[in-house]
Amino acid sequence: MASQQPWVDWQWVVGHRPLIVELVGEHLELTVLAVAIGTAVSFPLALAARRWTRLYPPLLTAAGVVYAIPSLALFSLLLPWTGLSRTTALIGLVGYTLLILVRNIVAGLDGVPDEVREAASGLGYGNVRRLVAVELPLALPAIVAGVRIATVTTIGLVTVAALIGHGGLGQLILDGLNRDFRTPLVVGSALSVAMAATADVGLLLAQRRLSPWSGPGRP
Amino acid sequence: MDFLVEVAAYFNDRANWRGEAGLANLIGEHLWVSAVAMAVALAVALPLGLVLGHLGRGGVVAINVSNIGRALPSFAVLVIALQVSSIGTTPALVALVALAIPPMVTNSYVGIREVDDELVESGRGMGMTGRQVFTGVELPVAIPLVMAGVRTAAVQVVGTATLAALVGYGGLGALVVLGLRTGDNVEVFAGALAVAVLALATEVVLGRVQRALTPAPLRRGQGRVEEVEAVAPRPIWAR
Repeated sequence: MASQQPWVDWQWVVGHRPLIVELVGEHLELTVLAVAIGTAVSFPLALAARRWTRLYPPLLTAAGVVYAIPSLALFSLLLPWTGLSRTTALIGLVGYTLLILVRNIVAGLDGVPDEVREAASGLGYGNVRRLVAVELPLALPAIVAGVRIATVTTIGLVTVAALIGHGGLGQLILDGLNRDFRTPLVVGSALSVAMAATADVGLLLAQRRLSPWSGPGRP
Repeated sequence: MDFLVEVAAYFNDRANWRGEAGLANLIGEHLWVSAVAMAVALAVALPLGLVLGHLGRGGVVAINVSNIGRALPSFAVLVIALQVSSIGTTPALVALVALAIPPMVTNSYVGIREVDDELVESGRGMGMTGRQVFTGVELPVAIPLVMAGVRTAAVQVVGTATLAALVGYGGLGALVVLGLRTGDNVEVFAGALAVAVLALATEVVLGRVQRALTPAPLRRGQGRVEEVEAVAPRPIWAR
């Protein structure tokens, strides 16, 4: 298989621009949806785990079990119920974000100093207002750290979903494998890595703007 | 429920366990490639991470390597490895080793760095040499984090070994990949279930090993130490 073909055939890239753009779009869409749904699910779970601390260990174990199941296996285990659909890919991708997100949200909220919490209560803040106006902003760096890990992990996992037909750039990698043609393989891999790096840095910069007090050198 | 009955029947059928494409052989192949990859990765990653941690050097690289590893899709690494080697075991091994090294380097580096300075100072004060401080103080205290990295890597390796079927290596992924191609959902499900059980077993067994290796006074009842990732480091490209 050590063929003499070049790594990138630029003519193919230029000719297939619409396809590449479409797959980048699909990749982004799956990632954003998975992380957004994952965050929406993780928040109430994390709040519940803090309210009823006995829930936390079993919750982590359950999320850990999902996390340990290999991606291709998880997608495959869903096939009998949701078929080769985008839902299958999404359920799997969301499942992987839960462990990371719940853990970081809980860690972030746990990190809020008790004095701050008491000060807010002393000022007459109710539980909800205290959470939204005081605790969440302070927990933001840890939460965003979780969102970053979840996002980068999801971008990588989306490529595997190509095997069930919904893999964004993974489709290019699979195509390259099936036809022994390096160009789509290299383009798909490079764009996937670039997307992960961009998302990672973008989220970090967004977090710095949202919580300027946690500058460089702090978590 | 009919479907699950069919899956159960698949596992009950002796014929599905025998032969080169049988479950027994596939499980063996799966574990073999995972074990070899882990052995190679351990031999590279642990000395590297531990020594860097002990010397307090190369932290930027040691910490960010797992960030980069996370961004590299294992599927892509596998298929690219196939391009530079021949079909079969080699690309699978290359990809699995590449996947396993980052979390172990990061965790062993951080594990050693996180050892309380006062402990290290006490060791020195007692006249321990650098090597003695490392083996007698830093390593035992760092074991939970180091082993958490090993566990994370091993679970990922067992999981990704599933994809190795795509590059012509067998393993349980062969059932999934073949089943997906032929539309045999029972075979896909059976293969996936077997892989999931294998990955979870790896997690549980290594969790036990982690606990057993941790010096008794350091074992807390509150469960396991996780991979170092509660707070993500700044990526290397953002420095």
